[in-house]
Amino acid sequence: MDDGKITLCINAQSISVEPGVTVAAAIAMAGSGVTRRSVSGATRAPLCGMGICQECRVMINGRPHQLSCQTLCADGMHVVTAGEVQP
Amino acid sequence: MKYADIVVVGAGPAGLAAAHAAAAQGAHVAIIDDNPLAGGQIWRGGPDLQADQRAPQLWQALRSAAHVEFMPQTRVMYAPLPGHLLLQTPDASITLHYKKLILATGARERLLPFPGWTLPGVTGAGGLQALSKGGYPLEGKRIVVAGSGPLLLAAAATLQGKGAQIVAIIEQAATPALARFALGLMATPSKIAQALRLMTQLGGVPYLRNSYVHSAHGDGTLQSIQVQRGTERDQETLQCDYLACGYGLLPNLELAQALGCATTMHNGQMTVQVDAWQRTTLADVYCAGEGTGVGGVDLALAEGHIAGLAAAGHPDQASEAFTSRASWQKFAARLARAFALRPELRTLAGDDTIVCRCEDVCHGDLRTHTSWRSAKLQTRCGMGPCQGRICGGATEILYGWRPDAVRMPISPTRISSIID
Repeated sequence: MDDGKITLCINAQSISVEPGVTVAAAIAMAGSGVTRRSVSGATRAPLCGMGICQECRVMINGRPHQLSCQTLCADGMHVVTAGEVQP
Repeated sequence: MKYADIVVVGAGPAGLAAAHAAAAQGAHVAIIDDNPLAGGQIWRGGPDLQADQRAPQLWQALRSAAHVEFMPQTRVMYAPLPGHLLLQTPDASITLHYKKLILATGARERLLPFPGWTLPGVTGAGGLQALSKGGYPLEGKRIVVAGSGPLLLAAAATLQGKGAQIVAIIEQAATPALARFALGLMATPSKIAQALRLMTQLGGVPYLRNSYVHSAHGDGTLQSIQVQRGTERDQETLQCDYLACGYGLLPNLELAQALGCATTMHNGQMTVQVDAWQRTTLADVYCAGEGTGVGGVDLALAEGHIAGLAAAGHPDQASEAFTSRASWQKFAARLARAFALRPELRTLAGDDTIVCRCEDVCHGDLRTHTSWRSAKLQTRCGMGPCQGRICGGATEILYGWRPDAVRMPISPTRISSIID
């Protein structure tokens, strides 16, 4: 990208972020910040911020259960959260 | 299969200091970290960007050393053989063979359950600080920072620096304990300077001592919290977009325990048992930093330095750092005394408050159990992806029991990493 920004897709939404931004942060920029649904269906968002709690799990490029707080955004990345859909 | 003379797990201050000391003796060192950048939590975002000059100095020295390899976004899964670790990266797995292993796995926050703590918008205190350093959008957001310990001030300062409005800082410790701690800082002048800097930056932000978050409220996402001030009859309501709430730190012991290192209680916490040279009870395995007891960056640097020299075969040179380590161990003991958790925090969860967030197990399902094993067998508490790392710190406070064993693999692992 000419402006040094990184463009990725979160659910159906395209978003551009600065280099060094985590996927968890991009998800919050794009909407509610919700990453997953709990086993009983409640919405959850990142909690520990450091790869321990597993609340920030999302699907990245088709691979499920990726920790969005420990993953940096990359150009063309496709992220699917459980935030916008019913379980 | 890869090989390194010395493998360091964790690229925070302890791990970087250990790697630096070992590499200076000519050892071939590999540093593993699960984050994309080195620095650990306190130097998160990369050592080069830190105001603490020790961070860029260590990092630049390591970067220019030919025989030091940094492996980011790499997690240890298990030890297939003695002297070997199976590692997983986002795309692959690899077996790493070593002669000596230095564990510098740091600490996590103790997060305690209260009504509403699973709402999006409620995070750890260091948790939101860490998220903010990864670009989490907090500009203009109203944030309450709560829990216990000096980390609250550091987190609030970082969040304010990112454009957030800090509504209040809520510290559960009572005023006399805080006053004793402040007086004890006379022994560590660098910490006084740091405290003054933080307080100046946070001037005007209410610092509520002897207080704690009673509950969080919101429809789908956090909107307000109820705060208990001391023993006052009426609670106070604060409107906020985020609640960053953490009750101190807990050493990350899982890898050490899985390998078979003995643990010991130290300052009221389970820690990895080490000797004067940071050797664990397992041959060729060392531990440095928060794993041996939470003490902060200065203690971590001293311990890392000692572990690195000892692992590289130069324990004689390590004794120079013993004085510094002893001084910061005293600081750690004062820290643990001042911010001991008040008993009321055990009573916040209601029967329908979730304690195990992975499996959605509530307080009402857990409070009658007498052991971790019993709760796990009958409720699935601690059996989800975090494997009790979050709820274990809560059940210890609420019920007096905590995870009794660590299973391999120590982190969720792709099947292909194991059977390839």
